[in-house]
Amino acid sequence: MQVLMFLLKRFGWMIVTVWIVFTISFFLMRHIPGGPLNGERVLSEAVRARLEARYNLDAPLSEQYFTHLWNTMRLDFGPSFKLQDYTVNEVLAQGLPVSAALGILGMVFAISIGMTSGVISAVRRNSVYDYSFMLLATLGIAIPNFVLAAMLIVIFVFNLQMFPAAGWGDLNQIILPAFCLGAPFAGYIARLTRTGMLEVLGNDYIRTAYAKGLSPRTVVLKHGLRGALLPVVSYLGPAIAGILTGSLVLERIFVIPGMGSHFIEAAIQRDYTLAMGALLTYTVLLFVMNTMVDLAYSIIDPRVKLE
Amino acid sequence: MSISDPQKSELERLTAILREAHEVQGVSLWADAWKRLKRNKAAMLSLWTLCVIVLLAILTPALPLQSPIFQDVKNRELLPPALDSYSLGIGEYDLETDRLRAEARKLEVGSAEYVEIQEAIAARQQTHPIDLYWNNPGFITRGLIKLRLAVFGDYCIPSIFGTDKLGRDVLSRVFWGSRVSLACGFIATLVSLIIGVSYGAISGYLGGMVDNIMMRLVDVFYSIPFIFIVIFIMSFLSSPDIRLTLQEYNIDQIHVFFLLIGAIYWLTMARVVRGQVISLKNEQFIEAAKTIGATRMQIVFRHLVPNVMGIVIVYLTLTIPAVIRFEAFLSFLGMGVNAPDISWGLLVNEGVQVITILKTYWWMIAFSGMALALTLFALNFLGDGVRDALDPKLKNK
Repeated sequence: MQVLMFLLKRFGWMIVTVWIVFTISFFLMRHIPGGPLNGERVLSEAVRARLEARYNLDAPLSEQYFTHLWNTMRLDFGPSFKLQDYTVNEVLAQGLPVSAALGILGMVFAISIGMTSGVISAVRRNSVYDYSFMLLATLGIAIPNFVLAAMLIVIFVFNLQMFPAAGWGDLNQIILPAFCLGAPFAGYIARLTRTGMLEVLGNDYIRTAYAKGLSPRTVVLKHGLRGALLPVVSYLGPAIAGILTGSLVLERIFVIPGMGSHFIEAAIQRDYTLAMGALLTYTVLLFVMNTMVDLAYSIIDPRVKLE
Repeated sequence: MSISDPQKSELERLTAILREAHEVQGVSLWADAWKRLKRNKAAMLSLWTLCVIVLLAILTPALPLQSPIFQDVKNRELLPPALDSYSLGIGEYDLETDRLRAEARKLEVGSAEYVEIQEAIAARQQTHPIDLYWNNPGFITRGLIKLRLAVFGDYCIPSIFGTDKLGRDVLSRVFWGSRVSLACGFIATLVSLIIGVSYGAISGYLGGMVDNIMMRLVDVFYSIPFIFIVIFIMSFLSSPDIRLTLQEYNIDQIHVFFLLIGAIYWLTMARVVRGQVISLKNEQFIEAAKTIGATRMQIVFRHLVPNVMGIVIVYLTLTIPAVIRFEAFLSFLGMGVNAPDISWGLLVNEGVQVITILKTYWWMIAFSGMALALTLFALNFLGDGVRDALDPKLKNK
């Protein structure tokens, strides 16, 4: 019941947020001269009128706003301004699964690498492992992912020739971008896990677990890790937002036909309907992810109340 | 006599206590934090590295570097790092001007030839290589460049970082790029600081309904993907019409860009400051300020804000690298700084664009990427150190 109330409330706020984003981008789109129809080519009056009718640009502004809002509510983002013969929905439906696969794999990399090195660092505190992992973690946080990607491309693609340079579809093609996407977050997660583990491992119940004869592996992985998980889970929200933005650049570097590529391309080409559709999708995605993280948090730690 | 004796000894005792008290130096929060920061070797090393980077960035025009924008595709396209010397050739230009001047002095003032030569001299001044090589620098930059020309003459550091696709010196571009990247870090952070601290302090101090509304607004802003909105806005700003309009008002696109970045990074700052202000606003020193008739604004900005500076500084050390990274990210996507301005993100982008299967021009990525990574790395370490130093839990340890 409490969970249901929480979800309902969140849903309400999501609607408000999406509406605000919609309104801001709509008025930015319409109020700025040099719209999508004033391209390099000079259009004849008749063609212009036809195009304006097609994109519903000839109606009064308020009418345009409400028509557009109504269409958006029905999840119809209209035709793309620049990609002829495609609707925004079609483009997004093509891009979203690609981006999702990349994002999920990046997240898996981040969590698995980050938590493993964090646990090892905490258990072997002040050892060579600890120092080298933490140095790597700070490096991973400091180096922007596009710099990392560029360097890895030079090393692995051109010098060692282990991976193909770009493209999408093969497992080989996804490893490098997913690793670059996950690397900074692996660094953060490693540090958070280490700090959390160190705090937990000093607790009495860990001593009790050792005292009753459990193996060190069980103590660390079962009793220790559970307590250390909290800061990591609360970091997942920002991490997901970061993965979404990170995929913008990585999709461009590795020429992956995902949402990020389409969004950047749309922004460069001033394809407003597509950019707006992508923007709204990102907003909803972010909101849903954050809500899920909050839910997960309350499941792991019963002391946390849902608001 | 017998009465004054105990009095005297009492006086001596008190002066002794006072003297002792004078000798004991109170340790302020900042002195203590600085002491602890100094003990942190990694943080101090980062601090010095950053000082050097900032100093080099400020003094870039005065360093013997090649022109960051002068193109020579024919002779110098994508040269690998080398030690071949290179001359600016400004000395010859000035010599030629001087020769014309000397010629003019020989001629009769007012004659047709004299006017002609004077015009030629004026034209040469107008199209002086400084404007060509450094894209019409501003007043201070021009002064520094003149200083450099006076000290080093035509001497340039050879292209030890190689040259780019248009034959420009990468070393010089990395140096000039640092100026934009760092300036963005500082200006945008300053903007976020001003907005965040005022918003949080006002919201926390007023409390009640106002606080509620202001914080709800922050909650809504939190779930808006601002990075995408900035890209959206930058794409509008880069449209030719808008650029012309901005030029009419004498606004540079880069300044709008700095402000935009600053305007989206204030949310966390506002929340943190609000929390601190709420815990401070019922303290006695605020009561005292009220009794002597301080206005609300005075209480907020004179009494509350200075007391939250510790935590604000900790957040600043997180914001600066985040902002620099964001600028690099946008410039990399082609949504931020535009040519002829240079930033590190733009340089990495140029490096990525020339990667081909046949040849990897590694120097185009390696040096700008390393400069960016080194700066962010040092800022991160310094941030960790500052956070530890200002953490009251670790005090006096």
